[in-house]
Parts: sequence; C-alpha cells; structure tokens
Amino acid sequence: MSDHKIGVYVCHCGSNINGVVNCAKVTEEIGKLGEVVVAKDYKYMCSDPGQEMIKNDIREKGLDRVVVAACSPRMHEPTFRRALEGAGLNGYLLEMANIREHVSWVTKDKEEATKKALSLVKGAVKRVKLHEPIEEREVPVTNTTLVLGGGISGIQAALQVAEAGHKVYLIEQKQYIGGNMAKFDKTFPTLDCAACILTPKMVDVGQSPNIELYTSSEVIKVDGYVGNFTVTVREKPRYINHDKCTGCGDCASACIMKNRIPHEFDEGLSKRSAAYIPFPQAVPLKAVIDDENCLLLTRKKCTLACVKACGAKAINFNQHETIHEFKVGSIILATGFDLFDAKRSPQYGYGKYPNVINGLQFERMTNASGPTSGHITLADGTEPKSVAVIHCVGSRDENYNKYCSRVCCMSSVKFAHLVKDHCDAEVYEFYIDMRTFGKGYEEFYNRVQEEGVHFIRGKGAEVAQKDGRLVVKAEDTLLGQYREIPVDMVILNTALEPRVDAEKVAQTLGISRSGDGFFMESHIKLDPVTTTTDGIYLAGCCQSPKDIPDSVAQGSAAAAQSLAIIATGKVKISPISASIDSEQCAGCQICIGLCTYRAIKLNEETLRAEINEAVCKGCGTCAAGCPSGAIKVSHFNDDQLLAQIEGVLA
Amino acid sequence: MAPKLQLAIYWAAACGGCDVAILDTDEKILDIAEAADIVLWPIAMDFKYEDIYKMEPGSIDVCLFNGAIRTSEQEEIAKALRARSKFMIAFGACAAWGGIPGLANLTNREEIFNTVYQETATTINEEDIRPDTNYPGPEGELHLPRIYDRVWSLDQVVNVDYYVPGCPPTPETIWTAILAIVTGNLPPKGTTIAGIKSLCDTCEREKTEKKITQFKRPFEIIADPKKCLLEQGLICCGPVTRDGCGHRCTNNNMPCRGCYGPSEKVSDQGAKLLNAIASIMDVKDEKSAQELAATWEDPAGTVYRFSLAKSLIYDYKKGGE
Repeated sequence: MSDHKIGVYVCHCGSNINGVVNCAKVTEEIGKLGEVVVAKDYKYMCSDPGQEMIKNDIREKGLDRVVVAACSPRMHEPTFRRALEGAGLNGYLLEMANIREHVSWVTKDKEEATKKALSLVKGAVKRVKLHEPIEEREVPVTNTTLVLGGGISGIQAALQVAEAGHKVYLIEQKQYIGGNMAKFDKTFPTLDCAACILTPKMVDVGQSPNIELYTSSEVIKVDGYVGNFTVTVREKPRYINHDKCTGCGDCASACIMKNRIPHEFDEGLSKRSAAYIPFPQAVPLKAVIDDENCLLLTRKKCTLACVKACGAKAINFNQHETIHEFKVGSIILATGFDLFDAKRSPQYGYGKYPNVINGLQFERMTNASGPTSGHITLADGTEPKSVAVIHCVGSRDENYNKYCSRVCCMSSVKFAHLVKDHCDAEVYEFYIDMRTFGKGYEEFYNRVQEEGVHFIRGKGAEVAQKDGRLVVKAEDTLLGQYREIPVDMVILNTALEPRVDAEKVAQTLGISRSGDGFFMESHIKLDPVTTTTDGIYLAGCCQSPKDIPDSVAQGSAAAAQSLAIIATGKVKISPISASIDSEQCAGCQICIGLCTYRAIKLNEETLRAEINEAVCKGCGTCAAGCPSGAIKVSHFNDDQLLAQIEGVLA
Repeated sequence: MAPKLQLAIYWAAACGGCDVAILDTDEKILDIAEAADIVLWPIAMDFKYEDIYKMEPGSIDVCLFNGAIRTSEQEEIAKALRARSKFMIAFGACAAWGGIPGLANLTNREEIFNTVYQETATTINEEDIRPDTNYPGPEGELHLPRIYDRVWSLDQVVNVDYYVPGCPPTPETIWTAILAIVTGNLPPKGTTIAGIKSLCDTCEREKTEKKITQFKRPFEIIADPKKCLLEQGLICCGPVTRDGCGHRCTNNNMPCRGCYGPSEKVSDQGAKLLNAIASIMDVKDEKSAQELAATWEDPAGTVYRFSLAKSLIYDYKKGGE
C-alpha cells in the first residue's frame, strides 16, 4: 500500500483545550509519526484562517488524509468536511479526535490530559489511513406531510404547511380536534378565552382545502424514509354518516343511555349518551356512537331511538373500520400528553373525597359551556368558601416523575384567580417554589398575589377529612411550621406525562424516547424539533411538557422543517450506512429485530437479509449483532475501528 | 512415481482426539499411507526428541500439529518442527485457537495449581508440593517442562500455513486437507480448510426473527428438530461458527458447540456470539436483562469454548508468558 500524506491539526479552542492539554507537545509528537507530513496547532481551527490553513496544505502539500483534534465531531465535523471538500478532497477522508469533551473538559491533570490527547490523536491517525471516500446521496421527496395529533401544536403545524400550499393529512385519535386546550376555560397570563382563540384555528383546519382530517384514527404502520414515507392509518367507525350528519344532537337526546355515561370531555363531571356530540364547538361537528356503551353494539338489543330521532338518516350501524394509506415526505408528531392520574398519589384522596379534583376538571367547571355552566361548585352544589391548590402532584417527585411539568405553577395561579373571580373564596396555594418564567407570567403572578391569595411554600403532604371538611396538611417552610388548613375544595395540579401509548407510537415510527419517556429530540438545545429519524419532527407536549405559546412555536417550527424538505424537493441522506455481504449472510435474522429504523428485511427468495440504505441511519447495531460478520457499516467498519483502538493503545 | 510426502503428526496440549480422528478416516488411512511416509507420530510410534533434532530443515513436507501450547516443551517442539516443515498446519481447534485448554486463560497458573494440588476435595497435600522444573533425583537432576501462565494457539508461537478446524476435524475435513496437499491444489496461505460462511447458512432448520425469553441447556428440553435451536433458547454457536462439519451436532438435535471456529468474517468468535445473543434477549430494561442473563450458565465458557486463547479482549487484558 502506498504511503498516505496525512495532515494533523490540533486546535487550542482558545484556552478550552490548550489550558489543560499541551497542544504544542501533542503536535510535536504526532509530527514524528510515519505518513504524517504536516502537524500544526492553532488557536481556533474552526475559524476561517484555521480552515484556510487546512485547505492550503491540501493544495500545496498534496494531503490525502486529514485529522483534526478539536471538539466533538457533533460540533464541527461538517465544518471540516466542507473545508476538505473546498480543497477538492472527499469530506470523509477526515477524522476528528475529540480532545475537548473527552479530554480537557473532564480533567484538570495536565500531564494525563496531554497523554490521553496524544493517544486519541494517534488512534485517529491510524484510523484515517483506512478511510474511504464516500459520496452523499440525494433522494426525491413526496411533497405531502402527515401530522399525527390534532391538539394545538398539531393544528398549528398542519395549518402552516397547508397555508404554504402543500397537502396535509391530519390524524387524530379522538373524535374531534382541539386536544386538551379545547377543554380549557381561560389561558394564562392574559386570561384569553381558550375556545375563542382555538376554535377559529379548528374551523380553519376543517375548511382548508389542503388538509384532509381523519378523526377516530391512528397510525398503525410507517414504512419508508425521509421524503418517502408510506403511512398506514386505521380509521375507526363512528357509526355516523359524516356527509349526512348535521350535528344537531337529536340522537343524543333520544339515546336511551342518556345521562348515564361519564363524559370524557368534561373529565367525568357530566354524563352523556352513547350517541353524542363531543362538545358544542367540536370539529368535525358530527355525532359519534360510542361502541363501548351503545346497547345495540354491545348487547345487540336496543329500541334504536337514535335512528328514529335522526332526521338526516345519518346513523349507520354497518360501518366498519377503514384502512388508509398515505404517501408523505415528512411526519410531524404532535401526540400531546396524558395527565398524571392523581389516584397514584393516594395521600391526596383523589377519587375518595368528591371535592378533590384535578386541574382539567377545574378547567371544565369554570368553562361556561362545561358541566356546571361555569360555576365553581362542590359536590353538593354549593359554592366553596375556601379552596386549596396543590402544585407538583406527580411532578418533581422521585416516586413518579423527576421533571418539572412547567405549566402547573402558572395554571395554579390562574386557578386561584378564577376562584377569586367566580366565587371569592379564600385560596391557598401549596408550592415547592414558584416557576413563573415567560412573557407576562411574573406580572400575572404578582397580580394574583395582590388579589389576596395565600401562597404557602411547602408541598402539600396530605389531604384528610376532619369534621366533614377537607384538611390540607403541609409544612410551611417559610414559617418553619407544620400547618393544617381546612378547605372545601382541593385542586390537584397534576403532572403532564408521556402518553400511555408513547412506546407503541415510538416503535411504529422508529423513533427514540428520552429517560423521562417523552419522545427524544435530536439535540436538546440546537435541534429540539427533529427526531433521530430524518423526516420525523416533534411538536408540543409529546417532546416535553410545555405551555400553549411554546407548543404553538414548536408546531410552527416543525412545519418549517417539513416545508424545508418539500421546498428543495430532494433530501440528502447520510452516506454512512450498513450494507450486507449476501455471500456471508446466513439468513439467521438476528439483525432484523435489532434495527430501530426497520431498514432490514428478509428477502423471501434468497433468504438473505437486505438493508434499505436510504432508511439506514448507520447506527451500527446490526453490524454489532450480526454473528457472521456479514454486515459492514461504511465509515465505521471493523478494520477502521480496530486500527483506531490499536493506535490509541500503541 | 512422485516421491512420497514426508508427513509429521504431533500433539501438544490436546486430548488425543485429533490423532484418533486421523485413524477415523477408516480405509482412507491406507491411501494416506500410500501417499505419505509418516516420519513422526508419537501417539502411534516411538520417537525421541533426538529424532526430531536430527531432521534437516525442510525435510518434513507437512506437519499436522494438534493441541495448544501451554508448556515450554510444547513451544520448543513446535518451533523445532516449524523449522523442519514446509507446511505447518494447525490441526484441530486447540492448535487453531487454543481449544478447550484455552479456557484456562480465564484464570492463571497459580489458581489452577491451587485447585489441582490443594483445593479439590480428594487432594491431600500437606507439604504443598507443586510441579517444579528441577528435581534432584538419585540419578542426577531431572528437568521438567515449565507450565505457562496462559495457553497459546499454535500461530501465536510459530508461523502457521493452514488451519484444519474441528474438535476433532471430521474425516471429510481431514481428507479434503490431505487431498489438497497431495495434489498440490493449495489455497492461499492462512486459509482455514473448511467452509467460509457460518453454519446457519446451510442449516435447514426454520429460522424467524429471534427472541430469547429463557436460556435452556440441552438436557432441559427436547428441542423441536425443525426449528432454529437458538430460537428455542439453546445457545447454538452456529451463527458465528464456520461451516464444514456436516452439521453433526445440529443434525442430532444438539446445538453447535463452535468447534469449527469463527467463520471467515468473524475476528472474535466469542465476542461476536455474545453480541448476537445479547441482541436477541427479549428484555425491556437493564433489570430484566440482568435477570435473564443470570439464567445463562457459564456464558464465557460457552461462547469462547474453543477460541478464548485468540480472543481480542484477552490479548489486550493480559500479557503472560
């Protein structure tokens, strides 16, 4: 094999690296290695002069391989690849040694750090010799988008893509869109009526010629890759002919199950029929028949009062589920959250004491179109004289969720204001600490404090019943005192949790979840919208708990990402992918189940596994699992990795 | 008539099965005798060390060397035979990758001596006598070979031209190797004379996507003879093991033990198999992974049953004599 001409560049990163690693010494030592024709250190390799230095050396000294010892390749590998390409060298003939995150930032021991940096650079030099030029691939894009979830963030994303003139399939599991926000009464900090700001958007979705809305539907299968997904959707029957139903609600009034089934939209505070309109502003405003409670569907016995009542003859009990298949270029995931079930914290008596309710139930209660027509009432119908709000139920708690649910402090403050506004009861807020960040939030908190709400710093420990009244027990950490406060009503502000089917959705779409269970973004700071799967984006609370402005912003961001793909008509696919040597493959199928991206399939004729390189992300899991060594990942093959290890240990 | 092949057969750290396997070629042994003069075969005929040292360099055409290297004597003879042989062949799993004796590398000489000369229930050794390299006997000082701290494969000690795998190699494999030598129809140096792909490739058992929910040992179940053994929870080394044995174990409903060594593209048989098995364990988190893994008896001895001496990890971890 002919000798390579390798250039090694050691970055000081100001004092980030050079403050700990002796960069000059590393450079000097590396310069002594065979095939290293130039070794230089420089203050900022990523700067223009730094990149120029590499380009000049490639041109003048004829370098055919480059090693940059600097920060994480996640930061600047693309930068230096471009530099190589600028000088006519394939970008994959570069290897980076991470001597910042892996060395200078993790120790203060200068001698050891210099030693480790040198080892890593030696490994990089040995590895880069085996690098091969790789060409990036481009594939055409289907210019449609699928939005999964019709809450506020999904609605926002769908509208934005549609407004740009592109087709959107909006898929919603429930029978209506609007999500949790549709249940709210007022929104903080401006106390805008939630319905007033949301329903116009819902109506826009229903009317947009570019949006095809599928309610009562779920995604059951996703195939393909960025730009070219095929999504299979199952639409459940609602036993109502959409075209005929006028949304009059006559079927609901006639249904013999009337006022017998807890109404989900009212969080169980009211009762509905088996045939019903989900809520007055529902989009689509069509009746639905609940197949779990309809007597005809469950027991095959009913007077069919609804059919008789329906003037439009819209009821059709012969409907079956429908399977749809959509070709889309990108997918926006906006599946939202589940509310923490307060019964899991039995100390608060939720489900035991009728006047202990959760935040969403309170929202419904204060909503003018809710079960109490906007009156805050106790179970016996009277107004409460004192109300407690307990923060962080299920959040910031080692036993349930360690994270802060972000919206509860502000919604608790809002609850306090609404109580004051509706019935002038005394309000006690039990908080760990107040988190009222955000535009206008602190001001709103101050306003509510001035309204005479009692803020008690201490997590509510228990809700008990004493002499017919509820008592909240807590340690007031400001007074340093144990307190028992008698109240009429307790509102538990519960955590926002990943949806119960999050794992199923993650598996169907081939995306990852973070430790807290929410869907994982590709970079928590710099790429919070993209998943680790190209072409699948996140919006709203399915990524992490967030309030309405943040959900809307992320919905728009996801739409922008999706439009960026559509606009260019082509997507670049990372050329680092796995390939199967069919001569070596024994068809054992170990790899197939390992692939998160479902890029591997068994060829039924040859009985060999095959990789769809466009779907493959080059993660290497299959190559590690492949027992016969038939799978190779380009740019990370065994020879390269072993050479790197040898270099490091040399 | 062409001059007869000068053939040497030697054993080092081995059980003797490889020598028996040569006899197992049945009537073909006569063909071997026809084609070759056996110039050295300690298990069958009487030879002294001097007989080897008297031979000229290159005077042996082919040396079939079985057994691993774990004593100074074995190393010395291996080197002496190498110097006198045109082709040095690592014959059988022990010579090729350390074989069963290579599992001694999971421990060391000291621990092995403690077990053998002190700790076993039937041992009484009050004076704590251990093997020694020198012993002053009445007829003068006696010398014994030194036992090494670790076991080596043949190619870690001398240059090896070809590998004939198996524990022991099957008669068919032996005959293929002999035929290649006799006819001069030789593959490139370093070739393992057997299949190339893994055993799964020619295994006719029905394979599907794999998930192991429970590890089983062969005596615990009667395996379904049609289905992949791995899918039934038996640790079958087939996926990482070189084809060429004729499926003797799997045809008898027993999982492959891996004696044909790593298949062509596999550099570390045990690591590869461990990776593959870890990949198909049906677990959802670390805890369930630990629980399932705990039901696997002797993972190291299973995945490295024949190749520990050649494992990458071992070489980086420890030096030794």
